[in-house]
Amino acid sequence: MNEQKNFEKQLWDYIDGLSSHEEKASIEKLLQNNIEWKNKYDELLEVQQLLRSSDLEQPSMRFTKNVMEEIAKFHIAPATKNYINNRIIWGIGTFFITLIVGFLIYGFAQMDWNFQDTSKPMVDLSKFNYGRFFNNNLVNVFMMVNVVLGLVLLDRVLANKRKKFQRDI
Amino acid sequence: MSTGLGDNEVISRVLQGEQGAYAELVNRYQGYVFTLVLRMIKSREDAEEIAQDVFVKAYRALADFRGESKFSTWLYTIVNTTCITFLRKKKLEVHSLDNEKIFEVADSKDSGFRANIIEQKSRVNMVNEAIAMLNPDDAEIITLFYKAEQNLEEIARILAIEANTAKVRLHRARARLKEKMEKHFSEEVKNIY
Repeated sequence: MNEQKNFEKQLWDYIDGLSSHEEKASIEKLLQNNIEWKNKYDELLEVQQLLRSSDLEQPSMRFTKNVMEEIAKFHIAPATKNYINNRIIWGIGTFFITLIVGFLIYGFAQMDWNFQDTSKPMVDLSKFNYGRFFNNNLVNVFMMVNVVLGLVLLDRVLANKRKKFQRDI
Repeated sequence: MSTGLGDNEVISRVLQGEQGAYAELVNRYQGYVFTLVLRMIKSREDAEEIAQDVFVKAYRALADFRGESKFSTWLYTIVNTTCITFLRKKKLEVHSLDNEKIFEVADSKDSGFRANIIEQKSRVNMVNEAIAMLNPDDAEIITLFYKAEQNLEEIARILAIEANTAKVRLHRARARLKEKMEKHFSEEVKNIY
């Protein structure tokens, strides 16, 4: 069965023009000498012909008119490259990468590399002083801004859903 | 009416403000786009609406077409994403099994009548029906390769996959098409497979 599939696959590659030079030469040789390959090749060629010759489906006669009426309401949007500043994208990327690298460096710095007991993790999380991170005013402000932003976002999502729901009704 | 201009020239005219020139592109590609959408969505009514939406989206984003690929490849990328969004939204049960069931019911109801009809059908129609029974992914890749004249690199770009993956998916889609043809059109297929 697998052999059959492989043999068909090779023939399809040959028909689609995807075979390498060596494969092409060996298949051509087989097609001349092996009746089984020749028959299969003819079968697949016929299927390919059928697939290519099927007609395209056509939409309604008014299709182009409908599209043109619809696009008359719009303008072509400016190309994305004109309003997306690559420097800003790079800036955001650099900020996040720096943040991640900073956390990693800090994390690795906390590890005890001479620790021998493999049954326990190198960083004892129970002894980790989380308070150190959250008693700083700057961090607290940062967290608060994030919470407010999260609430605003949630409010907008819910408002959109409410509008959509009312429209559906 | 065809102007005889190439796609890129028509696009330049549209971008320069000649909105009417876009009709040329719509006329040129509506059959391809509609066939592709219909083979994925399976409903004529929805397919027409989606195909229209595709052309509107393409118009609005025309300034983003940089000519790095063929216009058709770029357009089919919009077809692919629009159809996927539609299928996800509607959660349509367009799996081939449904179509198989329909055919099985038809077979059991009046096999003699069906046999007669099949005899009258051309082999091309048989292929079209077999493609309609495939799942949207298989139907899409077969249509892109055989009808929309896209090569594997272009299909890979449209579907956002590797060219090798596109090749494997095309092989699988053809194998499944063969299964459908052998199952549902065994008489006609005898002369081919």
